[in-house]
Amino acid sequence: MSRKLFVSPSPHVHSGDSVSSNMYGVIIALIPAFVASIYFFGLGALTVTFTAVAACLLFEFLVQKYLIKGEFTLNDGSALLTGLLLSFNLPSNLPLWIVIIGAFVSIVIAKMSFGGLGNNLFNPALVGRVFLLISFPAQMTTWPVGGTADRFTTVDVATGATHLMPLKGMGGDLLTYADLFFGKMGGSLGEVSAFALLIGFAFMLWRKIITWHIPVSIFASVAIFALLLKADPIAHLFSGGLMLGAIFMATDYVSSPMSKSGMILYGVLIGFLTLLIRKYGAYPEGVSFAILLMNSVTPIINMYMKPKRFGEVVKNG
Amino acid sequence: MNVILISVILLAVVGGVSALILYFVAQKFHVLEDARIDVVQEILPAANCGGCGYPGCRGFAEACVKADTLEGLYCPVGGSEVMSKVGSILGREAAQTVPMVAVVRCQGDCDKRPQTNEYDGPTNCSIATSLYGGDTDCSYGCLGHGDCVVVCGFDAIKMNPETRLPEVDEDKCTGCNACVKACPKVIIELRKKGPRSRRIYVGCVSKDKGAQTKNACAVGCIGCSKCFKVCEFDAITITNNLAYIDPNKCKLCRKCPEVCPTNAIVELNCPPRKKKEEDVISND
Amino acid sequence: MRTFRIGGVHPPENKLSAGQIIEEIGLPKQVIIPLAQNLGAPSTAIVNKGDEVKVGTIIGRSSGFVSSNLHSSVSGKVAKVDQSLDASGYRRPSVFIDVIGDEWEESIDRSTNLKNECDLSAEEILKKIGEFGIVGLGGATFPTQVKLMPLPGKKAEILIINAVECEPYLTSDHALMMEKSDEIMVGIQILMKAINVTRTVIGIENNKPDAIVLMTQKALKYKGVEVMQLKVQYPQGGEKQLIDAVIRRQVPNGALPIATGAIVQNVATAFAVYEAIQKNKPLIDRVVTVTGKSIVKPSNYKARIGIPMQMLMDAAGGLPEDTGKIISGGPMMGKAIVSLDIPVVKGTSGILVLPDFESQRAKMKNCIRCSKCVSVCPMGLEPYLLGSIGEMQLWDRAEKEDVMNCIECGCCSYTCPSGRPLVDFIRLGKTKVSAIIRARK
Repeated sequence: MSRKLFVSPSPHVHSGDSVSSNMYGVIIALIPAFVASIYFFGLGALTVTFTAVAACLLFEFLVQKYLIKGEFTLNDGSALLTGLLLSFNLPSNLPLWIVIIGAFVSIVIAKMSFGGLGNNLFNPALVGRVFLLISFPAQMTTWPVGGTADRFTTVDVATGATHLMPLKGMGGDLLTYADLFFGKMGGSLGEVSAFALLIGFAFMLWRKIITWHIPVSIFASVAIFALLLKADPIAHLFSGGLMLGAIFMATDYVSSPMSKSGMILYGVLIGFLTLLIRKYGAYPEGVSFAILLMNSVTPIINMYMKPKRFGEVVKNG
Repeated sequence: MNVILISVILLAVVGGVSALILYFVAQKFHVLEDARIDVVQEILPAANCGGCGYPGCRGFAEACVKADTLEGLYCPVGGSEVMSKVGSILGREAAQTVPMVAVVRCQGDCDKRPQTNEYDGPTNCSIATSLYGGDTDCSYGCLGHGDCVVVCGFDAIKMNPETRLPEVDEDKCTGCNACVKACPKVIIELRKKGPRSRRIYVGCVSKDKGAQTKNACAVGCIGCSKCFKVCEFDAITITNNLAYIDPNKCKLCRKCPEVCPTNAIVELNCPPRKKKEEDVISND
Repeated sequence: MRTFRIGGVHPPENKLSAGQIIEEIGLPKQVIIPLAQNLGAPSTAIVNKGDEVKVGTIIGRSSGFVSSNLHSSVSGKVAKVDQSLDASGYRRPSVFIDVIGDEWEESIDRSTNLKNECDLSAEEILKKIGEFGIVGLGGATFPTQVKLMPLPGKKAEILIINAVECEPYLTSDHALMMEKSDEIMVGIQILMKAINVTRTVIGIENNKPDAIVLMTQKALKYKGVEVMQLKVQYPQGGEKQLIDAVIRRQVPNGALPIATGAIVQNVATAFAVYEAIQKNKPLIDRVVTVTGKSIVKPSNYKARIGIPMQMLMDAAGGLPEDTGKIISGGPMMGKAIVSLDIPVVKGTSGILVLPDFESQRAKMKNCIRCSKCVSVCPMGLEPYLLGSIGEMQLWDRAEKEDVMNCIECGCCSYTCPSGRPLVDFIRLGKTKVSAIIRARK
């Protein structure tokens, strides 16, 4: 034996799971929605996505090189994912400088200023989106209607409102369920196709990247509260950013609760807040606000919603 | 105009009521504290190191004020100086204590104590200790993961990356005992600072038999008892193959380091000895 | 198919030595028998340098309530009683015996014929188990007589035989079941008599179909004994997990397993009990798996206690060139050792050699709070939290968060995508908290 033996405490084997494999798993799960966005919105979707991703990577690189001077974490895929998710929350005709501002807020303010991945309180992409929504409300709420515009030109196309406006009685026509499901409507580029997002959900469940608890409890609570508030549950489920939010944003590891019971509570409250905002708030869409609000409650949920300890409740039989 | 007026009045009323509530609550729940506690706390070093055995400097100040004598109460950081000040405030006699300093009783650096395996766990001495004897053949020696460095509140102990041993900065060390408690191998000891900071101690804690120690480390105490025989003041005892120099009996005569075959006895801050001939030759 | 209800992981099984027959290992020139081979107080040596011993001669006496006797595994002369490195990673007192011939104590029945009848009473059985130094052979080495001892107010209803072998790589229990099923059944009968129960369940994971078939078939002959197939899931061999899997009862927080009415014994312990009671043979040997991906011949060996692990490694084709780590036990809970000169002891279930590329831990990253550790923890704890509490040394908080419930199975560290050493810090927390609890009493 030429070399020295390694000695470490048990366990001596590892599952091989890593931060980057989880992040890239989520990115793969986003591919169907990305394809759908290009199909519906054309070149605009591509440029917005590309700009957001590039800006996020650049900002993370700059912060780590000049401010934090820590270990580079660019290759773990989390900045890439933040960029993708941010762009999915933006309209495809958004001016690119606004996209870059969003990326700056997401990475520099919401993620790196807290100490990087793992320490952020809020979902970075959502912070970016909400910042833009408040700062640039006009640009953020006019969308090209999916599938109607000439997809591969960047000239001004017909813009319309999401399906949430008619749902709220703000004018406009109600769409068919099929259009809602496949995404033939106005909206941010990644959120329109519930079908594509659900494929991603199935993929993440299969790869065990996330568990079903958060998305399913959001779906259930949205449906139940919609019924209670005498709204159309199916329309609420498939319109706006709900699918994207429930599957990809609320399940963000860092800002969601740790225990299963906590996850369900978190999901139910997100659904409830979303419906409240959609029904009674000033904004037609409430998913982002609901998730951010619940992000801030996550530490409290973690403190009180403990997993069931072994032997705590003795069940016989 | 009306709006502004209403707002101002409303705010003033709310503010006034809150102030009243605060005032009465403060009166009702006021805790009478001995004013001297604050004065004593002012004098203390405010390091909150716990070296005195109380939770923080405030706790120690309370204990000092409450106690009838200052016996048994000692701030190792501030030393006699601070304690006599505390004593004068409280009108009590402060015990005179000798200043102490931490010494690291292991000299097995990478050359003298060869590594035999590679530790691949968390950088934490306690975890490594519960796992095994360490990455050298000596299971008593320093592991070099720096638990002592982490607990030191005075920046007085540093890990030397070359030797992988901690080094005490005796100007900064206050003798608070934190590192002694943190070291799972009980390598660090508090010793009297000594006249002109001169100290002689055994830089080894290995209780292994001589042959085993020698095998593992070039500077380990092998329990040969040469120092024991040469000591004229009965300061040296040998138990479990390990020599120990009693700081209260040691007169710093510097005979024992000379006879130690493994150079396990450390002399600190002593003037250089007259060089022997062979040394002179080898140094040229 | 049943398994325990909270958490768990399923690492690659890698049972490379499955199906290998048990080969006997010869004798070395000298054996080193550590005095601390059981959980609790180490035995006290009762032999001195120069004493002559035979195989089975008692050389160490139980030194407390939780302690056990120790017997010579060879015949020869005691060379010295001295410190020697053992699997704990420290030098501890051990008896060195120079081997001369292979002479056994006359009382030991060395024939291989099955002896079914046992007319000893429960007390006599317990006494004999204690005398013959039987300890739990699953790895915890808890003295068996203590575990079987009736507690006032607690009545055992069921005996559960742990034949799960949930650790990857290890096959010693599997091999033993394939070859000594009859003896194990008799051992089970004796154990049932000792604790006065009428029902026994042998829990076997379904990655050992041949053992399930064989044991089910043998169990038909014995009343009250049944085999339960369990879904492969680590740490099913943990006492609390096994009870939960088999009888769907959870040991209440802070109570002993007997609170559920179940007593768990390892299958190898049942065999050792058979040998002790029926053949008067103390615990002087055991089955050890020698395995690893680079090992030429992964095998199961019957080895005397005290022989150097090097002998087993040589028999299996020698230590491979690319060895990075040697583990005494399985990969999940085994202990990394620094040399093969250390002796086989009662708790050595296997020697696992990991190649270089599997030996080093991945670089630690920030916790991303993915909650995977929470979902795999079989005790329903929050390893991410306990880990950071340990790093920050907040021991009061650790106690409140039930750190003492941790069974150190390592599922959390195994699964952590950030490669954080969670169980290391939890173990540290357990040590510190138990010291605090002791100091309080």
